Amino acid sequence: MYRKILVPVDLAHLDGLERSIDTATDLAKHYGASLHFVGITTTTPSEVAHTPEEYSRKLHEYAERQGAAHGLSASSIARTSHDPAVDLSHQLLEAIGDAGADLVVMASHVPGLADHVFASHGGAVAAHARVSVLLVR
Amino acid sequence: MSDQPESEGPTTPIETDYELGQDNIQPQIGPFGMDIHNPVFMISGLTIVAFVAFALLLPTTAGEMFGWLRPAVTSTFDWLFLLAANIFVLLALALIVTPLGKVRLGGRDARPDYSYAGWFAMLFAAGMGIGLMFFGVSEPISHFTTSLAETAGTPDSWAPLDGAAGDPEAARRLGMAATIFHWGLHPWAIYAIVALALGLFAYNKGLPLSMRSIFYPIFGERVWGWTGHVIDILAVFATLFGLATSLGIGAQQANAGLNFLFGLPVGDLSMVLLIVGITAIALVSVVAGLDAGVKRLSEINMVLAILLLLFVVIVGPTLAIVTGFFKNLLAYVEYLPALSNPFGREDANFSQGWTSFYWAWWISWSPFVGMFIARVSRGRTVREFMICVLLIPSLVSVFWMTAFGGTAIGLLDGGLQALADAPLELKLFTMLSELPLAGITSFVGIVLVIVFFVTSSDSGSLVIDTITAGGKIDAPVPQRVFWASFEGLVAIALLLGGGLAALQAAAVSTGLPFTLVLLLGCFGLVKGLMAEPRS
Repeated sequence: MYRKILVPVDLAHLDGLERSIDTATDLAKHYGASLHFVGITTTTPSEVAHTPEEYSRKLHEYAERQGAAHGLSASSIARTSHDPAVDLSHQLLEAIGDAGADLVVMASHVPGLADHVFASHGGAVAAHARVSVLLVR
Repeated sequence: MSDQPESEGPTTPIETDYELGQDNIQPQIGPFGMDIHNPVFMISGLTIVAFVAFALLLPTTAGEMFGWLRPAVTSTFDWLFLLAANIFVLLALALIVTPLGKVRLGGRDARPDYSYAGWFAMLFAAGMGIGLMFFGVSEPISHFTTSLAETAGTPDSWAPLDGAAGDPEAARRLGMAATIFHWGLHPWAIYAIVALALGLFAYNKGLPLSMRSIFYPIFGERVWGWTGHVIDILAVFATLFGLATSLGIGAQQANAGLNFLFGLPVGDLSMVLLIVGITAIALVSVVAGLDAGVKRLSEINMVLAILLLLFVVIVGPTLAIVTGFFKNLLAYVEYLPALSNPFGREDANFSQGWTSFYWAWWISWSPFVGMFIARVSRGRTVREFMICVLLIPSLVSVFWMTAFGGTAIGLLDGGLQALADAPLELKLFTMLSELPLAGITSFVGIVLVIVFFVTSSDSGSLVIDTITAGGKIDAPVPQRVFWASFEGLVAIALLLGGGLAALQAAAVSTGLPFTLVLLLGCFGLVKGLMAEPRS
């Protein structure tokens, strides 16, 4: 039913992503789909990497580890953004289109008061993506 | 500095144990999650609140204290400001011609993030857009009239150098040269050096995008401790007070312009509404992000400014402006050595009251403008960077000043005394009203002023947010909303409490420690560039 599953990851906060990664790998095994880990970084140094190239390398290694651990085909898509705090969901939507993914599995927090003012990235992706989006809370 | 090996890769990162964000805390304030650098955010926030409270509760004491401090700083250390600015210009020019000009920000393989047009629009809007609107007419007029006056050349005169008493042609040349001097190579060199250093240490050395990173070659690991905290807090302080006072003064000026055009009453209510309005637009822009917000607004403003400039050139004295451009450029070059001489000056009013004040002001703005320029300049080579941040803006300033100031001097010399009599904030509109379609051009002028303030408030909030988040540019959006709103509130409080002048003095006074800091920064910059591969 699904062939390409896109999984947005935040390399700085991997501990909060366990549930969404587990969900994505289970679905990939079930449908025989490939996993595509997408990460957005800044051009300036961040807590994950000093340069976009280093970020890209780290994301690639992460995807390879995940693929090997679960016996799945996994690849990585690193994108840079001028202003990720604002631009993230837009970048993710572009990545979904570019990769030709047919399912997105993404971690999101339980909506709270602040979501009335600033929509969560997961919410924004779900609202605008043309493919199925599974938000893992 | 730790010795850096000859680089094999595209850049030469500095090895440090510091991890970006290690001093950050993530408190939950109400429904909003934050991500802030612990001492820097808290101390700069509290210091700012304390200063504003001081200026409001004890306006007389604050006024006296800072009223004394500003001239004391600019007249005692005038030689230091002038000397330092000359060093920045020489270093910036040297970087264009030496092999260091081949170093690329972000490494050999980096490609520019922005097109020339978008890049140039943003750095110009951040650097001086607003000032050109207000000083484009008023400053040439001031220097021209003081130079022409009988008293020119005496100690009481405010004329540059010896003035040119009774000789309108010489007074025009001197007045234009002095104005261009204040808006040409020197201010742009100050910005360019700070911006280049910030860009180099972030993109090539892998350190956080923050003022403290420039000083790593000098202070080593201590920049991550209190030495660095103090540098960053000073940068936040200078940026926020610079912005808040400009916002307050800008509201006064926009109010005067709207009164001139539409009869909007001049008063506290109008000005508070203007600040609220400008801050509200800035909030929308800041939430829209860098590309959809400040970049788009800067481009709109660039187009409007070019249209206004072309309009003045075409309907004004076209030939005089075109030949004036070259004459003024020559006059600038001719008077540059005398105007920039730091020692033995006999025109103390001018060299201390104008030049030294300007240099302190540009320097106190340099963390803000420098950070912003750095953020949009990845992928440029040092040579390309210096040509586009130093030479081209300086030439644009010469042309702008010629079109606005030269035309105004021509009108004044032709007998339009109203230009000399009009208050500072109305001189631009007085000149535009002599040209056709005055209603439209004055309106465009006011729109330009307001949008330039929006872009300043917007880019300033991004910069303060980055510094107070320890160099992260992806901190949660509510934080930059907080800083943009805070700027507006500080501006309103100071405007109503009468503390604007005091705080402007405080902001300028931060120019003094920063001058010393930036001279050290030049050393760090050259040392950092030497270790980079050239491509």
